[in-house]
Amino acid sequence: MNIAESHIDKNNNKTHIASCNACKQCAPLGACIAFKGIEGMLPMLHGSQGCATYIRRYLISHFREPMDIASSNFSEETTIFGGNRNFNDGIDNIISQYHPAVIAIASTCLSETIGEDVQRLIYEYKGMHENESDLPEMIFASTPSYQGTHLEGFHEAVFAAIKALSENAGSVGNHINLFCNMISPEDIRHLKEIVEDFAVQSMIFPDYSDTLDSTSWDNYHRISEGGTPVSSLRRSGSAYASVELGYILNSGGMNGRIKENAIKQSAGEYLKAKFAVPLVRTGLPIGLLETDKFFDHVSRISGQPTPQKYKQQRGRLIDLYIDGHKYVSGKRVVIYGEEDLVVALAAFAAEIGIKPMLCASGGESGKLQETLKIVLGDLYPGDMIVGQGFSFDQMEESMRDLNPDLMIGNSKGYYIARKMDIPLIRTGFPIHDRIGAQHTRTLGYEGTTILFEQIVNALLEDKQRKSPIGYKYM
Amino acid sequence: MSKEIDTTVKVEDLSTFKETVLAKYPKKVAKKREKSILINDFDANPQIQANVRTIPGIITQRGCAYAGCKGVVLGPTRDIVNITHGPIGCGFYSWLTRRNQTKPENPDDPNYMTYCFSTDMQDSNIVFGGEEKLKQAIREAYELFHPKAIAIFSTCPVGLIGDDVHRVARQMVEEIGDGINIFGFSCEGYRGVSQSAGHHIANNGLFKNLIGRDDEVRGSAKYRVNLLGEYNIGGDAFELERIFEECGINLIATFSGNSTIQKFENAHTADLNMVMCHRSINYVAGMMETTFGIPWIKVQPIGAESTAKMLRKIGQYFGEQELIDRIEEVIAKEMVEVKIAQAKALIKTKGKMAMLFVGGSRAHHYQNLFEELGMTTLSAGYEFGHRDDYEGRTVIPTIQIDADSRNIEEITVTKDETRYNPRKTEEELKALAAGGMEFNEYDGLMAQMQKGSLVIDDLSHYEMEKLIEMYHPDVFCAGIKEKYAVQKMGVPLKQLHSYDYGGPYAGFKGAINFYNDIEMIACTGIWKELKAPWERESIVEAEYVY
Ligand code: SF4
Ligand code: SF4
Repeated sequence: MNIAESHIDKNNNKTHIASCNACKQCAPLGACIAFKGIEGMLPMLHGSQGCATYIRRYLISHFREPMDIASSNFSEETTIFGGNRNFNDGIDNIISQYHPAVIAIASTCLSETIGEDVQRLIYEYKGMHENESDLPEMIFASTPSYQGTHLEGFHEAVFAAIKALSENAGSVGNHINLFCNMISPEDIRHLKEIVEDFAVQSMIFPDYSDTLDSTSWDNYHRISEGGTPVSSLRRSGSAYASVELGYILNSGGMNGRIKENAIKQSAGEYLKAKFAVPLVRTGLPIGLLETDKFFDHVSRISGQPTPQKYKQQRGRLIDLYIDGHKYVSGKRVVIYGEEDLVVALAAFAAEIGIKPMLCASGGESGKLQETLKIVLGDLYPGDMIVGQGFSFDQMEESMRDLNPDLMIGNSKGYYIARKMDIPLIRTGFPIHDRIGAQHTRTLGYEGTTILFEQIVNALLEDKQRKSPIGYKYM
Repeated sequence: MSKEIDTTVKVEDLSTFKETVLAKYPKKVAKKREKSILINDFDANPQIQANVRTIPGIITQRGCAYAGCKGVVLGPTRDIVNITHGPIGCGFYSWLTRRNQTKPENPDDPNYMTYCFSTDMQDSNIVFGGEEKLKQAIREAYELFHPKAIAIFSTCPVGLIGDDVHRVARQMVEEIGDGINIFGFSCEGYRGVSQSAGHHIANNGLFKNLIGRDDEVRGSAKYRVNLLGEYNIGGDAFELERIFEECGINLIATFSGNSTIQKFENAHTADLNMVMCHRSINYVAGMMETTFGIPWIKVQPIGAESTAKMLRKIGQYFGEQELIDRIEEVIAKEMVEVKIAQAKALIKTKGKMAMLFVGGSRAHHYQNLFEELGMTTLSAGYEFGHRDDYEGRTVIPTIQIDADSRNIEEITVTKDETRYNPRKTEEELKALAAGGMEFNEYDGLMAQMQKGSLVIDDLSHYEMEKLIEMYHPDVFCAGIKEKYAVQKMGVPLKQLHSYDYGGPYAGFKGAINFYNDIEMIACTGIWKELKAPWERESIVEAEYVY
């Protein structure tokens, strides 16, 4: 039986029912990553303990860092009588053990199914502890997994933190907000470096560059150091601009939803609507063209020209493109992962002459194809397959006739690359069959340089390995 | 008869641990945790609190019933298509994360373990029910593979919206026909308090739906045994299979490392059940005894000595000299290499200290290996053990069933009128018992641990940090969730769920692997000692060179 035929209609939408080897994780996982970008934070999942354990396990195998997630630990009784006691006990115990500055709460499928009103629980908890001065901040993100993937969870958490903490300072400050999307700790550090070099004061959120990639410790920290401070989050309402990386974000977050209980907004959109903070949205700066756009925006916002350092980096990248062109030109690639990442990687591939044959994502914003068309413009290959809500199983089926030369995406696609005997360039989430997922670099001219070299070298390695003659010059 | 603890750490020191951590908890929590932390003194019959719900807000190592049922017990069987009924996360996170290996006999034999099927429930399924979607998922899986069996696993939301997976299973058996076996598990994550609930649910399902469906006696009629509670992490089952084969012991089924449906269906043709992980599989052992008359013994083929002990028990049980001699030959041969590796490792490991907090049996079994390495287990405890796993099965009648255990299905089985066949007569069993064999018995972890050591059930993340801060063990054994936190504190962590992608650790060859790995680990501390030039106390002044 040909799954490609039975499961994918002519618009490349899935017509099948079940998922075999999904290409997405669940919403609270994404929320926990975003929450890790808040200084002094401890997360709690409202629901059964199993979800928290699975999600910890999964995040830890990617970041190789401690990742503590508490749970309100529902029993069967809780599912009948509601979770307020579990909630209160959970918060009490977190405070007594960890004294966090922030407790960030995400819901799970279970608490959402029984209709828990967590905002109300927070409100009541605060009411009961009115006289305690050092109560942690509490943030809540609603993240049922039957209404979106880990990426929706991530953006929902970013939005929730901003909504809960942003304030109107009365006057406009001299800082900007930079909402960096789900990227590696190393890429966050690079973005910080860039905006600093433009002499712009900025709040990067969520900044988990230290909390999820910390040094070896002399003293044990109950809560990892680093993260965006609460004070900065408060000031996000008085920034003179917000920059948001990613075209899609959670804008398609009505995924499979039938009750539109919340109109999805991104953090930037919220600040624009509430405090009139101007919003600039651009893609993840991967590849020359998308990075140019990013630098252009930062330059205009800051009123500063692009520093010489980056002009040099850009020049070296172009030089590298020229040197490497003959190795990549005409190659065929399969790209998969989170939707905004897929868009950026496809734009990059197209500009260096690699043809994206299949762009797949477990996400279902409904906007992937249209976004790709806009961003890639003339470089959009007419016969490219765009797979929304795709699983690895569907990808594998679609790839049979595509003859790809390489794949770019996370570790979960390895088995396909192995079967087809083509190289896989690992990026995105999760990467658990290589060391250093925290340090993958893809953003900016420098990140693109590294990525380009990885791709060329993987292709050369592949060619060398498959060649009967041991060529030394390639 | 526990031995006194002989370490440089004094017993008084260990006893301060409890006060220190309890002081940090709110009163209510302290009162509850108090009963789960004790200083071991087995002869005084101490009672530990175990298998009770983790307190909200306390970060636990435990997973859920679904994880225990789908991930642990049913996961390692290669020719059952497992479908997770629920939203995507639960299924995704249990996709090949347990590292159990399998080896199909022929390259064309089915192996579905690398697939992750899920109904990927969406909003509309939660509101209007997911049974139709589940049926469609079963049809798709069938069309794709034509498997002999399909198992359905329920996640939390399924129970709440009232989908009946058992009814769907029955309906789909009828619809598909073709002799297919489809069965469901009500293993929603909120049942019970940990994976343990899922093990029990899985045991019931194995017994109701698979065991005893195929009476054909294949292979030799001699020395037929089953190994229960072995999940082939890192190839453990392969090593044990090798040893059994060398000894001429006929392994019918392993539950469930490297297993197939046929082996389960045929398991009741064995004459002895050996229980390795008591926690996760003792129910099957009990049911097979009642129904088919197969006695069971507890074994611990972790550690070279206790692997040898297991083999000798098998020899004793069957009582034939030919087998007994063969077993002694194999042990003698295997021990040569073991002793060499052990002597080499001992130089570095002797006198060091370990802590083990993992699973429902490993925290006990791996103490054998540490003993062989001359190391002391200062503290240990289970993630999801029950009181009997600590104190021994004699306490079972006194264990109180709380609300959390009441929602786990209990099935009562009876003697199979035609197939019940006591493998040994009452007299024979008595004679064997007089010779030192214990049937249907397990003494638990506390009997093996030294007097004065610290036993803690369901260790919390916070308590773990305290343990390490206060006692700095040389090796801490747990899982990946704990790994990086422990290593940040400069203590090496050995993963005993996944073996840090090494192994096998069972049997003789496994013991050698473990000696080597621990020997290596015992000297990784050096990185911590490396100071940057600016951190050294005396800064070397620059010297001019002429
Ligand atoms: S129930 Fe929902 S939140 Fe929990 S693991 Fe499953 S998909 Fe994720
Ligand atoms: S939803 Fe339930 S079954 Fe799924 S991971 Fe969470 S606790 Fe386990």
